Formats: sequence, C-alpha cells, structure tokens
Amino acid sequence: MDIGIRVLVVLGAFLTLPLLVGQMEHKAMAHMQSRLGPMYAGGFHGWAQLVADGVKFVQKEDIIPAAADRLVFKLAPAVGLLPYLLILIVIPVGPHGLVGQPLDIGLFFVLAIAGVGVIGVLMAAWASANKYSLIGGLRGAAQILGYELPFVLAAASVAMAAGTLSLSGIVEAWRPWWLIWQAPAMVVFFVAGLAEIRRPPFDMPLAESELVFGYLTEYTGLRFALFLLAEYAGIVVIAALTTVLFLGGWKGPVASDQFGWLWTLVKVFALSFLVIWLRVSYPRLRADQLQRLAWLILVPAALAQLVVTGVVKLAIT
Amino acid sequence: MKAVPGGGLARGLAITLRTMTKRSHTRQYPDALPDLPPRSRGVIALFEENCTVCMLCARECPDWCIYIDSHKETFEVEGAARSRQRNVLDRFAIDFALCMYCGICIEVCPFDALFWSPEFEYSEYDITELTHEMDRLREWMWTVPPPPAHDPRGAPAKEVTSAGQVERAAEKELP
Repeated sequence: MDIGIRVLVVLGAFLTLPLLVGQMEHKAMAHMQSRLGPMYAGGFHGWAQLVADGVKFVQKEDIIPAAADRLVFKLAPAVGLLPYLLILIVIPVGPHGLVGQPLDIGLFFVLAIAGVGVIGVLMAAWASANKYSLIGGLRGAAQILGYELPFVLAAASVAMAAGTLSLSGIVEAWRPWWLIWQAPAMVVFFVAGLAEIRRPPFDMPLAESELVFGYLTEYTGLRFALFLLAEYAGIVVIAALTTVLFLGGWKGPVASDQFGWLWTLVKVFALSFLVIWLRVSYPRLRADQLQRLAWLILVPAALAQLVVTGVVKLAIT
Repeated sequence: MKAVPGGGLARGLAITLRTMTKRSHTRQYPDALPDLPPRSRGVIALFEENCTVCMLCARECPDWCIYIDSHKETFEVEGAARSRQRNVLDRFAIDFALCMYCGICIEVCPFDALFWSPEFEYSEYDITELTHEMDRLREWMWTVPPPPAHDPRGAPAKEVTSAGQVERAAEKELP
C-alpha cells in the first residue's frame, strides 16, 4: 500500500515537473529573447501550451521509416525516458524518509542508471537508418564518453566528503561550508550533467542547424514527444541531483524540518532556470571544444577536487 | 582594460537576464492593431469620380494587374454645334495577387483617382478572390487618411521652391 502510493507520487512528479520546467523554458526563453512566448493556450499567458502540444503529438501519425529497424526504433524512446524515472525514485525530497525508495547505494545507482539514457540515443540513431540520425547518435556517444568521467569523479568527491553513498545520508552529512569546499565539484558536476542530458550549449548530437535534429530526425508523434519529455525530465533529474549532492537538498535557512520538500523544489527550479538561462545565453560548442572542455578542464578539476576533499577530510577527522 | 577570463560568459548571462526583466515590444496582432506609419502601403483605393479612363495606370503597371473596361457615351450640350463624348468607367479591378505595391499607378494618375490606404486585412482563401472590383476599391477610399503635414524641418516642397524662384525672378526684373 505504502510503496504503491510512493510510486504513484513519483510517477505524478515525473509527469508534471518536466512540464513545469518546459513551460518555464517557453516563457523564460521568450522573455530573454524579448518575445512573449505562448500566450493563447489555456487563456492565461499560455499556461496550457504543453498540454496542447501533448494533445497534438498524440493525434499525429506514428511513422516508422521503411528501412528502420522497427523493434529497436519503437523501443528507443522508452529506453531514453525510463532511466530518469528510475533516478527520480531514489532522490530524497525531504527529511524522515520522504523518498520514493531509500537506497543505501543511491549515488552508485543514480550514476549507473544515468548512463543508460545514451543507449536510447544510440538505439534511436542506429535504428532510424538515417545518416543524420547516425551522426547525431555517434556524437552523443562521444560526448557521453568524455563527460561521464568528470560527472562520476565530481559525485565521488561529495560521496567521499559525506562518507556514504546514500543520497539521504549525503544530505544529512551536508554542512553549509561545503558550498565552498565542494564548489569546484559542483560546477564540474553541473556542467557535465548538462552535457549528459545533451542540453544546449552541449547539444552537438541534436544540432538542428547541421544535423536536422540528430537522432530525433525520423521520430514523429508520441515517440517524439517521449524524447522531448526525456529531455525535460533530464533537466529535472540533473537539477535534483545537484541539489541533493551539493546544495544540501531539503536543508534551508529556516523550517527545513517541516517544509524540507519545499526547499528541495525551490532549489530544483532555481537550477532548472539556470539550465534554461545557459541555453539562451551560449552558442553551441563545437565537437573539439566539447572534448577539450571535458578532458583538459573538467577532468583535471574533478581530480584536483578529489585530492582537496581527501586532504580536508583527513584533516578534520 | 584587460579582459577577465570568463568575463564574456558572465556578460552573456547578464544580457539575457536584463532582457528578461524588460517588457517585450511584441504586439499581439489580432487583439492589438499595429500602429502603422503614415503613407503605409496597405491597399490601393479608387476615387472613381476622378477617373477619366485614360488607362495610364493600366499601361504603366509593371505586372499588368489593373483591369479597366469602359464605353464611350455621347451626350448633347445645349447650344453646342455637335454632340460631345465622354468615357464611362464600367469596370476597374486590381488583382492584388499580382500587385507588387510599387505605387506607380498612384504616381502616374493625372487626376488623383488612386490613393494609398493603410487597410491591410483583405486576405482571401482563394487566390482568384484577390481581384477586387470597383465597389470594393471605392469602399477603401473612405479609409484613406489625410496626407501627413509637412515636416517643418524637412526641405520645402518643390512647388514652394519653384514659386519662390518665379517671385525672385520677377523682383529682379521689376525695378
């Protein structure tokens, strides 16, 4: 009974939070570009735009290219989307076990599952039987290869500091001065996370101006909508992970015991806004710049952070 | 000033954030009508009383989008030795699917029968329906705005200049 409710709540959050972030992107991006964004759907400032989009996507014909590998093509959106749902289950929202399913090796689980999303990308790319899709998919794979390492190293630093792999345990152990101590890891984790979910400026795999739409080129209708949902779910997941690992999750200046979940949500939305903000402000990185950033800046920074974490940890115990 | 590394990145973020806090200039068109500048080229209106069927507009039109039909009417003038003739306009139509809004017809009309109107909402579902006849062109005549006042800091109109020249010349000749 209890687990059923938890799963339902997580599923509800999984279906609504990405839509909220998507709507925020519509409006924030529009105003940053001196536009209005959606204004009609739903009456008040286009609040129902994404609902209307969803209805539209459902009505569209489900086209599968003749040369496509049908089964893989059909499965790819699910493989791309489900990892984020699984991650959301183990992310703690508030104190006293306010989490879908507490897991002692939560961090390990999250990092392992986060890498699965790229398999969906590769499946979509290969099964589409389209050169643009394939190039996009391979770019995605190359990108993940580079950014998975700093992503994991930065997460390892905070796990080392907290002395536990449990996400709730990390939040329990978190202290405000960690904001400075773990700052480089936080930046590395967030940037690598952006690359992990292929958000602009790391959207080389999609790059609509050169690759049509990368691995999404051949998708229409509901499957395309699932990929889009995966993108926004990815934003929520990266924002939530950064919140839990580096920003103290449910801990806030006041009332973090009763309204911890509110603090988590505030932080998640603030970080989601940052993701959107970065998207609007920066142009896409070229393939070589992408790899240079990963291997020459992020990986060394993450390694240096590991050393600092270790030294400080030894010093204070 | 020496550039700080990463300063450009911060400036980019600042610019987008500042833009977000400002009001956008978008006008939601069907709800809010646009402020059209004077002399907007929306549609060509016909003041048919002034038309003498000289056909200049139809002949000067670069893409031949003006259709004119007319017939000759004979009428008697009391005391005149012979009957007089005049042209009567039967049809005047402009195909706005062809029209490129150059305004040559308006420039060339010697009797001021054609005018620019700022009206622009006359789209149709069928391209053939964009050929608008005399009655419609006449209706648009009522939307023609009065000509804008002369810009006080602009160059004087040609007529004023030439009239001044005549006056000055006359002053010179008269002692």
